[in-house]
Amino acid sequence: MNVNAAASPGIAAPWVGRSVPRVEDPALLTGRGRFIDDLGVRPGTLHAAILRSPHAHANIVSIDIEAAKQARGVAAVLTGNDIKALTASLVVGVKAPVECWPIAVGRVRYVGEPVAIVVAESRYLAEDAVDLIDAQYDALPAVIDPLRTMEAEAPLLHEGFPNNIASDRRFKYGDPDRVFAEAPHTIAVTIRYPRNSCTPIETYGIVAEYDSGEQAFDVLANFQGPFSIHAVLSRALKVPGNRLRLRTPPDSGGSFGVKQGVFPYIVLIAAAARATGRPVKWIEDRLEHLTASVSATNRATTLRAAVTGEGRILALDWDQVEDCGAHLRAPEPATLYRMHGNLTGAYDIGHVAVRNRVVVTNKTPTGLNRGFGGPQVYFALERLVQRIAVELKLDPLDVITRNLVPSGAFPYRTAPGALLDSGDYQQALARGIREGGLAELRKRRDEARAEGRIYGIGFAAVVEPSVSNMGYITTVLTAAERRKAGPKNGAQATATISIDPVGSVTVHVASVPQGQGHRTVLAQVVADVLGLTPADIRVNAEIDTAKDAWSIASGNYASRFAPAVAGTTKLAAERLAARLARVAASTLNTETDDIAFAGGFALSKRNPDNRIAFSRIAALSHWSPGALPDDVGQTIRETVFWTPPELTPPDDSDHINSSLCYGFIFDFCGVEIDRVTLQTRIDRYVTMHDCGTILHPAMVDGQVRGGFAQAVGAALYEEYAYAPDGSFLTGTFADYLLPTVAEVPEPIILHMQTPSPFTPLGSKGVGEGNCMSTPVCIANAVADALGVENIELPLLPARLAETLRGAETPAPTGTAKAKDAPKGGRKLIGEGTATVRASPEQIWKMLLDPMTLQAVIPGCHDVRKISETHFRADVTLGVGPVKGRYRATVTLSDLDQPHGVTLTGTAEGALGFGSGKGRITLVPGENGGTTVRYVYEAEIGGKVASIGGRLLDGAARVVIGQFFAALARQAGGSAASQSIVASAMAGIRRLFGGRR
Amino acid sequence: MTRMAAGQRHRLRFVLNGAAVDRECEPRMLLTDFIRHEIGATGTHVGCEHGVCGACTVSIDGRPARACLTLALQAEGCEVRTVESLAGGPDRLGVLQAAFRRNHALQCGFCTAGILMSLDTLLARRPDATEAEIRDVLTGHLCRCTGYAPIVKAALEAAAELKGETSREPVDA
Repeated sequence: MNVNAAASPGIAAPWVGRSVPRVEDPALLTGRGRFIDDLGVRPGTLHAAILRSPHAHANIVSIDIEAAKQARGVAAVLTGNDIKALTASLVVGVKAPVECWPIAVGRVRYVGEPVAIVVAESRYLAEDAVDLIDAQYDALPAVIDPLRTMEAEAPLLHEGFPNNIASDRRFKYGDPDRVFAEAPHTIAVTIRYPRNSCTPIETYGIVAEYDSGEQAFDVLANFQGPFSIHAVLSRALKVPGNRLRLRTPPDSGGSFGVKQGVFPYIVLIAAAARATGRPVKWIEDRLEHLTASVSATNRATTLRAAVTGEGRILALDWDQVEDCGAHLRAPEPATLYRMHGNLTGAYDIGHVAVRNRVVVTNKTPTGLNRGFGGPQVYFALERLVQRIAVELKLDPLDVITRNLVPSGAFPYRTAPGALLDSGDYQQALARGIREGGLAELRKRRDEARAEGRIYGIGFAAVVEPSVSNMGYITTVLTAAERRKAGPKNGAQATATISIDPVGSVTVHVASVPQGQGHRTVLAQVVADVLGLTPADIRVNAEIDTAKDAWSIASGNYASRFAPAVAGTTKLAAERLAARLARVAASTLNTETDDIAFAGGFALSKRNPDNRIAFSRIAALSHWSPGALPDDVGQTIRETVFWTPPELTPPDDSDHINSSLCYGFIFDFCGVEIDRVTLQTRIDRYVTMHDCGTILHPAMVDGQVRGGFAQAVGAALYEEYAYAPDGSFLTGTFADYLLPTVAEVPEPIILHMQTPSPFTPLGSKGVGEGNCMSTPVCIANAVADALGVENIELPLLPARLAETLRGAETPAPTGTAKAKDAPKGGRKLIGEGTATVRASPEQIWKMLLDPMTLQAVIPGCHDVRKISETHFRADVTLGVGPVKGRYRATVTLSDLDQPHGVTLTGTAEGALGFGSGKGRITLVPGENGGTTVRYVYEAEIGGKVASIGGRLLDGAARVVIGQFFAALARQAGGSAASQSIVASAMAGIRRLFGGRR
Repeated sequence: MTRMAAGQRHRLRFVLNGAAVDRECEPRMLLTDFIRHEIGATGTHVGCEHGVCGACTVSIDGRPARACLTLALQAEGCEVRTVESLAGGPDRLGVLQAAFRRNHALQCGFCTAGILMSLDTLLARRPDATEAEIRDVLTGHLCRCTGYAPIVKAALEAAAELKGETSREPVDA
C-alpha cells in the first residue's frame, strides 16, 4: 500500500493541505471493511429482537410473554419491569421529577417505543417469538404538535412536566425592550421547522456482555460520542464507570450525529446480556431506525426584529418552542442551546431577547443530527432577513451586507456571548457574488420571468459553529441552579503518539470517525511534524474506554475533528518531536534547536549531511533508555489533552460562548418552479465557505457536498411525518424520500481561508454548514419565485399547491369513499369482484364455516366461532418489511342468505391496529358459478400505517386475491381471479422483505 | 413451482465469486444473511431490507439484484458475484474501485459495495453506457455521505478507461 503514489516526495512541501488518497479506501472498496455486523461474535452469542408499541400513547394493560418464552430457541423475554429492576433511569437534561427508561414502563408514549425484548439463538427465532407476545393496550389521546401540547386540554405525557413543558427560560442581552419600543419597524416571521433525520445507511448495532464475577459490562456499539454519554450509561447500568467498557468497531457506516442515539439501546441490550448471562447482539432494522431511533427536533419559532428603514437590524426577539418528542433524553435539550451564543447569526446585533421552551409530544425522542440546532435557527433568521427586504422594498443582499459583523472586528463578541474567532464576511460575500456568477444568475432569472416561468433567487449567510463548549447545555439551567451543580465548560480533545521498538509511529485519537477520513488526515499532520511520509504513520481512531485516553468531549460531533482533534494530534507530535530533537542533538553532537526532522531523518539544519535515521533515534528509548540525555524522560508515548481556554462556562447573565470556532458560509441559489407540477428544480447553487485552514481539500469538498445533499433532502423531500393520532407515516425509504443522484445538483463550491487563532492548525469545522444554510437558502429562493410570505419545509409540490391554489376542493359528498376523512393513521378503501365456480349457497356456507375460513384466509392460524355471527381469528400478514401476527374479531350483520353479508371487524397486533367494514354480495353467474362482489373500507394505525399507501393498497389486493383463489380451490372449482390482482402480486412479491 | 417445507433446511448449490458453494439453509433465509453470516462474505451490506437503498446489490447471473429481497434458495444454480470479486488480486484495486478512490467517491463506504456492483454489471453489459445511463443506474442507490457528484465522476472515468479511451498505471490497493 502506498498512499503517496500520487504525490511528489519533496521534503519541504507539507502533507497537510494536499488531497492525498485515503488510507481508509482500499478495505472499504474491496469488501474488507469492519463494520459492527461484519465482525462476528463469540460462540454462544444470543440475538435480540424488540417488540415495539403500535400506539402513540397508551397504558399497557398486560403483556403476555408465556408463548414467546416457550418458542424455539428463546433464552429470555424481558419487559419494562424486568429492565427497570436491572437498571436505573437515564439522566434527564433538566431538573424535573421525571424518569426516562429505554423501554416502556407501564405506558407507551410514541409509536415504536420498545415494549419487550426477546433474546434467542438467532435473529430469525427472536423475531418469531416477538410475534407471540400478546400486549394489550388502553389507548390514550395523543398530541404531536409542539404548540398544542402546551394547551390545558392536551394529554399530559409526564406528571413531572406540567403542561408538557420541560423547560421555560427567558434571556435578555442588552436592552431589547427599549430598542423595540423605539424602532421604526418591527418585522416578524412565524415558522414551523419539520422533523427529519440524516439517516445513515448503516443502522444501530450493539454487542454486549456482562461478567458477573467482576460485575462489569463490555459493550461494542457503533456509538459516535459524545462520551459524556458514558457517564449516563454507567449510571443507568448501575456500575462505576470503570466497569463499563465501551468500544467502537473500526468502521461505522455514517452517523451525522444520529448514532449518538444508540445509547438507550446500549442499556437495553447490556441489561439483556446481564439477565441471560450470555453475550447479546442486536442490529436495528430500517423500519425501527426510521420509526424510533432518533430525530432532529421540530421547532415552532416566532422571531421578531427591530429594524431601521434601511434594513439595519437593531434587536431580535426569539420565541422558540422546541419539540423533543416523548422523552427528554441526554443531551437534550442541547439542540436548542447549541446555537445560543450565535443566535445573532453572522450579524452585528446588539440587543437580543430569547424565550426558550422545551416541550414533549407523542413522537420519537430527539437527539444529535447534522446541523444540530442550526437548520432550525437559520431557517427563522434568514427567512426574517428576506422578509425585511421584501417589506422594506430593499435588495436582500443589501440587508445582509448592512448587518454583517464588520471585517476587522474579530474576535467579535456577540450579544449572547459567542466569541466569533475570525473571518472576513464582507470579502466572502464579494468573492461569492463575483466567482459564483450572481450577475449572470440574475440575468437568468429576468429572462425566465420574461418568458412567464416561475424563477427565484435566494440567499443565506450563516456562521457555522464547531467544537462545542461542553458547558453550553447548562445555559438551560438558571444561574442559581448552575452554581449548585458546579460550573461546566471546555472540551477535552485527546491524542496519543506512540513509537514502537523499531521506531515506527502510531497515532491514537478518540475521534470515532464514520467515514470522514480522520486516519488519512492525522497521518498527514504527524508526517509533517516528524519529517516522515503519511504511509509511515499508522492511525487508530477507535475507542476502547478501558484502555484509551478519552474524556467526555471525545467522539465525532460538533465538527470538532479538524479544529480540535487534528490540532491536538499536532501538539502531541510536536511534544514528542521536541524530546526526540534533544536525543538527536546529543547523538549528532549539536544543539537541540539545530535539529530538524525531514525525509525520514533527524538532521542538523546547519549541516544536513550530519543526520541519523528517524527510526533509530525513535527506537532508542526502548533499547537503551540509559543512553538518553537526562532531561528527556521517555520518547515512547505522548498523550496530550487539549481544551481551549475560550470555552468558559455561562456567566451569571447567561452569556455563553457555545462553540470555539465559527466558520462562515454565504450561499445563493436560483430555483425554477414548474408552473404545472409545482416541482422545485435547483437551477444553480453557489456555496462560499470560510472554514479556516483546509487540511485536505477533497475531504472538505466531500463534507460540503454531503451536507448539501442532505440539506436538499430536508428542503424538498424529507419529513418524519405523523398522522394526527401519532401514527408514524414514513417508516420505509419508499416513504421517507432521500434524494438520489437525480435530485441532487452539483453545487459550485468556493473557499477562502481565514485561520482560526484559537486552534493549533488554524482549521475550523466544516461538516454541518450546508445543513444550516441550504434549506433556508432554497426556501428564500422559492419565496422569491412565488412571492409568498410563508414557506414550510419540505417544499413538496402538494404543499406549494395549497399555498398557491388554496386547499384542495373536497371530493363530492354522497359517494362512499369520501364520506369521512380519516381521523388518523391510514385509510384503505377497495372493491372488486371474483368469480368462483360454486353456487351462492355453497359459498355462503363456506363463508360461515370456521374450518373453511381457516383454510382459505391467507396466513390464518386459528378461527373460533364465538356465536353464529361472531368470530375470532389469529392471522399473520406481511406488508413490505412489516410482517406480524394479528388477533382479529369479526361480526356478521345484515345477513341476506345467500345474497349478501356485512362484516365488521377489528384487528390488533404488535405491528398495528385497525378496524374495518366490508360487504360481500353473491350473484349467481354462468354455468352454476357465482360472482362475488366486495367493497371494504378500513382504517389502520401503528407500525403498519408507516408503510406507504400504495404498498398497503397493493398488499390488500393481494391478500383478497389469495382469499378468493383459496375459496375457489376449496369449492372444488378453479380460481377465476382478476388480472389486476395477479399483476399486483408480481409487484408486491418483489417488495416483500423482512427477516422471514 | 417447487414447494419447500418451511421448517426444514434444504440443500443449496451456487457459485459465489468463482467458488462453489454447497450448503443447506431454511427457505426463509435471505441471500444477504446467507452470504454475510453463513459464508462470511461481509462486503455486501444491508441498509434497508426493503429494496430501496441498494447497499446489498449483488450480481446474479450477470444482472444486478437486491440480495435483501432474494431468498438464498433462489440463488440455486446461479452465478453470484459480490464486491469481493472486483479487485484483480488481494492487494490490487479494479478499474472501478481505483476510480472511486481517486475521486473520493466514498466516505463511510457502507453503500459503496452495492454501487460498485450495479456499475460493474452495467459496464459489463453496456461498455458504451452514456452518462445518462450511468446516472439512471445510480438512482437505484442511496448514499448519505458524498452528494453523488464524485460517484458519477468516478463511474465516467472508469467507463472511459474500460473502453480503452484512457489508460492508467495499475494502482496498488
